[in-house]
Amino acid sequence: MANAKAKVDAVIVGMGWTGAILAKELTDAGLHVVVLERGADRDTQPDFAYPKVVDELEGSVHRRYLQSLAQETVTVRHNLTSTAVPYRQMGSFKPGTGVGGAGSHWSGCHFRALPEDFKLRSNVEQRYGASFIPSDMSIQDFPVSYEDLEPHFDHFEYVCGTSGKAGVISGVKQAGGNPFEGSRSREFPLGPNPNYLGAEMFYKGAREMGWDPYPIPASNASAPYVNPYSCQMGPCNACGFCSDYGCLNYSKASPNISILPVLRQRKNFELRTHAQVLKVNLDSDGKKATGVTYLDAQGREVEQQADLVLLCAFSLYNVHLMLLSGIGKPYDPQTGEGTIGRNYSYQNLNRVVLFFGKEVQANQFIGIGGAGTTMDNLNGNQLDNAKAGFVGGGIIWARQPGAGPVRGINVPPGTPNWGTAWKQAASDAFRHSFYFEVQGACMSYKQHYLSLDPTYKDGFGRPLLRMNFDWHDNEIKASQYLVGKALEMSKVLNPTAMAGDAKKSGEHYNITKYQSTHTCGGAIMGSDPKTSALNRYLQSWDVHNVFAIGANAFPQNNGYNPTGMVGALAYWSAKAIREQYLKNPGPLVQA
Amino acid sequence: MKKFLLSLITLAVLVFVALLAFALWPTSTPALNANTDADQAALIEKGRYLADAGDCTACHTAPGGKPFAGGLPIASPIGTLYSSNITPDKASGIGSYSLDDFDRAVRHGISANGSSLYPAMPYPAYARTSDDDMRALYAYFMHGVAPVYAENRANDVPWPLSMRWPLAIWRKVFAPAPQAVGFDAGRYQDPQVARGAYLVQGLGHCGTCHTPRALTLQEKALDESGAEYLSGGPVIDGWLAVNLRGNPADGLGGWSVDDIVATLRSARSPSHAVLGGPMSDVVTHSTQHLNDADLQAVAVYLKSLPPSARQVSSFKADPTTAKALAAGQEGSRGAELYVDNCSACHRTNGQGYERVFPKIAGNSSVLSEDPVSLIRLVLAGSKLPATASAPSELGMPGFAWRMSDEEVAQLLTFIRSSWGNQAPAVKPEQVAQMRATLPKESPAVSRTDIAKP
Repeated sequence: MANAKAKVDAVIVGMGWTGAILAKELTDAGLHVVVLERGADRDTQPDFAYPKVVDELEGSVHRRYLQSLAQETVTVRHNLTSTAVPYRQMGSFKPGTGVGGAGSHWSGCHFRALPEDFKLRSNVEQRYGASFIPSDMSIQDFPVSYEDLEPHFDHFEYVCGTSGKAGVISGVKQAGGNPFEGSRSREFPLGPNPNYLGAEMFYKGAREMGWDPYPIPASNASAPYVNPYSCQMGPCNACGFCSDYGCLNYSKASPNISILPVLRQRKNFELRTHAQVLKVNLDSDGKKATGVTYLDAQGREVEQQADLVLLCAFSLYNVHLMLLSGIGKPYDPQTGEGTIGRNYSYQNLNRVVLFFGKEVQANQFIGIGGAGTTMDNLNGNQLDNAKAGFVGGGIIWARQPGAGPVRGINVPPGTPNWGTAWKQAASDAFRHSFYFEVQGACMSYKQHYLSLDPTYKDGFGRPLLRMNFDWHDNEIKASQYLVGKALEMSKVLNPTAMAGDAKKSGEHYNITKYQSTHTCGGAIMGSDPKTSALNRYLQSWDVHNVFAIGANAFPQNNGYNPTGMVGALAYWSAKAIREQYLKNPGPLVQA
Repeated sequence: MKKFLLSLITLAVLVFVALLAFALWPTSTPALNANTDADQAALIEKGRYLADAGDCTACHTAPGGKPFAGGLPIASPIGTLYSSNITPDKASGIGSYSLDDFDRAVRHGISANGSSLYPAMPYPAYARTSDDDMRALYAYFMHGVAPVYAENRANDVPWPLSMRWPLAIWRKVFAPAPQAVGFDAGRYQDPQVARGAYLVQGLGHCGTCHTPRALTLQEKALDESGAEYLSGGPVIDGWLAVNLRGNPADGLGGWSVDDIVATLRSARSPSHAVLGGPMSDVVTHSTQHLNDADLQAVAVYLKSLPPSARQVSSFKADPTTAKALAAGQEGSRGAELYVDNCSACHRTNGQGYERVFPKIAGNSSVLSEDPVSLIRLVLAGSKLPATASAPSELGMPGFAWRMSDEEVAQLLTFIRSSWGNQAPAVKPEQVAQMRATLPKESPAVSRTDIAKP
């Protein structure tokens, strides 16, 4: 029998970005909030203190700040007939753990989605006809619009000290920004970070292609900054230890430095770390959650009762908890029925490496995680999908998040894998090469979904989450098209050698190679309870006091990094809880 | 000879008897009239504010303990003292104190049983508190604080030092009687300065730490009439109580009124403040709760204090260091250590970044004659406290695990003689002495480790 804790107003699972945002908003509203975080408590001092944190072996090889896969992981299979196997070593994606979650070891790219990304299916149908969409593609419109989220995009950028240049403010185009973006209500809180050489060269190449390059919006502060919560950021010193690491310099926005300083002072906020939530408890008819059951730091089972249960874990684990707890009906790819696990999607990341002679000093050891240059000419409505032959677009960017010998050195094509020639090439390439990346959208499909694994169990005896995913022709075509464009642009820069890793026809998803942590969907938001797990406020259609907040809500993924969207959705959901749900607990949208 | 010895003994006995008589002669204190027609709620609220100003909680609330229930150990030269329960609990606290009992304790240093209080209780400063403010404080402690049953813990002071009667002599000689020092705003031309003086000298008891003490342990001055008033006190928990007078290098001469207000409000200022542990507590518990007018008054009063005579350090901005470091010329081991360990945040120009990384050039904490705080900071690191207006606990890591005493000394000597800074060199022995007082292990590895039961 579990120890029972006194009932609280809200229990939040996970202390990453969404958990921090919801905890802030709900404690603002006077609620007593308990947050359960499976990992350790973490803060700049002492966890990310200089110089110990800048240790490539610890951070990028031993993965000190990432989730351990020994207790909890997922299984993966490419198709409905094969047997999934566990993801035992960190590869393709990197869930975080501990206070801050993936929000403490992200890079800092902080985009908004395009207005047309919100109505993807209707937009594609309108532009190219319904038959343009492959029959197995299950893309949907978001049940919210860009205009709904604009104030929340804006607020989250101000919380994060996002550094960038607006392209459109109140409908008026601004020189130097992205001319295709949705209209903003104001300029970024901070100006863009300085360009490194590759970003400067990207400007040149992109302009010669007739494109409109602009600075990547980066939540790596370009100057000292105080956010609306009075939390202080320091200016980024370009140390190059962002992705995989916590920031030593108070420069990269994170739940830890941007929101938690306020929460930690609040009496109606309680953070319990090493608290592994096992399931959400439902009442006898399964219509309402009564709280959660978790294992505490001593391994004791504890029941925390609450009026509201907010799932704010990494997107995959939100879906896992819903499946384990019987919230909603599991998706069945055979019948197309059920909603939990539906529309899992990912991101289509590809790389083009450019090598130069010694006169080009690329200095790859300099890095600002989110900063660089990108362009939207092949994204959203700018791309003629009929001509390009696929649904969804993408961006090409020059981004230098920091590199070092232990993290790997790119060598020109044709270099041997070892020996003197490799050493020479590595030594030549490290300071005289850089890369551009192609980040494409990833559509959702009937056969790509999340479910409980029938074979493997986690360290707590629960079935693992099973990921059913592979590259679809649509994404392979997109990869080839976008990488082709990137190579075309790169030629303008006269590199001595270059290599693009576009996906080959028939290529399968390789779980062992890092690509992107942007796993999306599985518990998506929508306007129809038959095809979505959550309503437009990220509230479960089935259990009204459960909200699942995160990238799990994306019906498919666009060409951008998801954090800006995730933060905006969290504030959007929090507003609905504060202004509507607390006054009248129940479904906020009638099914 | 025998006669001489006898007269000597007689004299000694007489002196002793006289001292004893002086000590035991009761101190009469004028009674305070309770102000019965005051708005009680407003009076309690005023008292709460004044209790914050007096930082009563600093000593009377133990870490993790109930507010004002006492029990905090306070190290003193004669042994460990434990603060008392000042909640209105009748059995164990001050619930049965009359207004006059309360006044005798706070302003006169005399407990309800007539014995003298150890001057860990800053009654020489509190003596300046006005009668009205005493009434408000009394109202707050009687009606605004929750009573807590917690027996006072006996002090760990060995006999004969534990005898209280000699304390009475100290009190009668060194602690001013309120009726003698009762605050006279007329001494100051500017009412704002007068208000600042009242807070600094009285409830704020700034001099308790920041004024040097004589051999007999009394503060050398209790107000600006003494030239050493607030000119810097002892080292507390490894942190120097800094000079608050107008000395341009190591005092507040280079600080603006706004810098001082920001520091007292938020534990940081745009470029100067590096607070040690004890002052962080003062800001957290006391000064951040004061209103703007009072913080302004405190700052204006402090700025009115002329420099003290002793000026060892100086600062005159000099671009040489920044130019040399930017050109890759390090020139000394100290400079190398600075570039490798410090410049990523504080920059090679020593200017840091506003509000985040304090500047080193011309920083009064860097220029203190006694480098003890700097040594502690470099070895063990530090964190700013979270305050309501500035919640970020900005921190600097400790470097004890990677720098030798010699290296820390060279680094600090470098920063104290660069960018125009001019302060005495730091010796390896000074670093060794501080290192010996710090815990052997480097700081905890994660926040969780600190919190683990």
